[in-house]
Amino acid sequence: MSTIILNEKDIARAINRISHEILERNQGAENIALIGIRTRGVTLSSRLQNKINAIENIEVATGALDITLYRDDLGARLQKPELKKTEITFGLEGKHVILCDDVLFTGRTIRAAIDALIDFGRPASVQLAVLIDRGHRELPIRPDYVGKNIPTSKSKRVQVFLKEVDDEDKVIIQEQVK
Amino acid sequence: MTQTATLSQRNIISMESLTDTDIDTILDTADSFKEISTRTIKKVPTLRGRTIINLFFEPSTRTRTSFEIAGKRLSADVINISGASSSTVKGESLIDTVKNLEAMNPDILVVRHNCSGAPALITQFFNKPVINAGDGTHEHPSQSLLDLLTIREYKGNLKGLKVAIVGDIAHSRVARSNIHAMQTMGMTVKVIAPPTLIPIDIEHLGVDVCHDLTNGIRDADVIMILRIQMERQNQGLLSSLREYSNYFCLTEEHLSNVSDETLIIHPGPVNRGIEISLDVMEGSRSLILNQVTNGVAIRMALFYLLLGESDANSN
Repeated sequence: MSTIILNEKDIARAINRISHEILERNQGAENIALIGIRTRGVTLSSRLQNKINAIENIEVATGALDITLYRDDLGARLQKPELKKTEITFGLEGKHVILCDDVLFTGRTIRAAIDALIDFGRPASVQLAVLIDRGHRELPIRPDYVGKNIPTSKSKRVQVFLKEVDDEDKVIIQEQVK
Repeated sequence: MTQTATLSQRNIISMESLTDTDIDTILDTADSFKEISTRTIKKVPTLRGRTIINLFFEPSTRTRTSFEIAGKRLSADVINISGASSSTVKGESLIDTVKNLEAMNPDILVVRHNCSGAPALITQFFNKPVINAGDGTHEHPSQSLLDLLTIREYKGNLKGLKVAIVGDIAHSRVARSNIHAMQTMGMTVKVIAPPTLIPIDIEHLGVDVCHDLTNGIRDADVIMILRIQMERQNQGLLSSLREYSNYFCLTEEHLSNVSDETLIIHPGPVNRGIEISLDVMEGSRSLILNQVTNGVAIRMALFYLLLGESDANSN
């Protein structure tokens, strides 16, 4: 059984609001960079890029980050996660980097992403934008921009669908399939 | 939800034993690893605390360095042991050496040995993954994988390509690995050499045989030149090196009838002017140094993909 918690319009409004919040907090788009965490974080970062471009007429630098090699649970796995490309073609030195991901849960992915980012240089700051914050953090990490806070029980599963990857825009919550 | 990558083998001993899915998995993973070597900080923490032993009983610059750099860029501890400095010179057997190394709990063993079959033998006495870095005249799988990655980068895909392998086929483990791997990937292979450097019955491996360089390479998409192995040339197989060069050294003249799109690769080390002329070696179709760059990514991919199996066995 699954329930839709955000539809296409809700997602668009969230992206719109987050774009404005990013611009407000960083006083424009001059010195920011958007880094999406693979896979759906990359889609979100390019949507934010488009929206910011529409508002400020500035093409913000964007990159894609695969955090597989920085995971803390690799050794415990028999099967290796499929490794995808990291593409950050600009220096992060002095930039305000906004990490983008679809769902914030334990915070372990973000810890890995921050470690990976630091290997590319020393950003002026790292901020975090997520479409869904579902709670249950296991590390001291909090988001700066949130599409929607959804209190969940740990047994539930939150899944984000985005057109570019999944052919439709929606966020659903469902009982974990055992 | 995360897609996973696994290999059908827990050791990398031969290309003959890898499936096309295995090869695709390794090439795709290596492709993602390439970017790390272009960073200022060329290191990821993935294999932190792991130990890789390079056990080399034959001389090597490229392969040993490549495995060492690959391990270090993944944060593993890499130990190099060469045959000349190991206890085998005191009379210790290969199997005893391996058992002693195993007692120190390494996670992966990379072996080069002058006897065909040595790495396969070692797998029976070593409970962690073993990678063959070249055994006698048998196979050299990581070299074949980096060749395939280099070809795929320039040609888009592998299926249907025609490859001409030129040189000392009889003694070449690179040729053997590539003949198996290329056919697995749907490529056709032709070997070009004087009759004395082609093994009897090689047709059974499904390759065409040709003794003329100009004709042999005419329709090739890829020309792979092999090194004339000086250390193995005292058996009277060639009347002289100069005569071999006269007939089989790849020069610009040979390439005048060949498409501009044809790639030239060589596993190194190169004997300049013997199997390949200087201008061809340094020409625009030559990918010799791209191969070396790709070698690091291939070996990082092998370490990454084999790590899971070693965990499963120790836990």
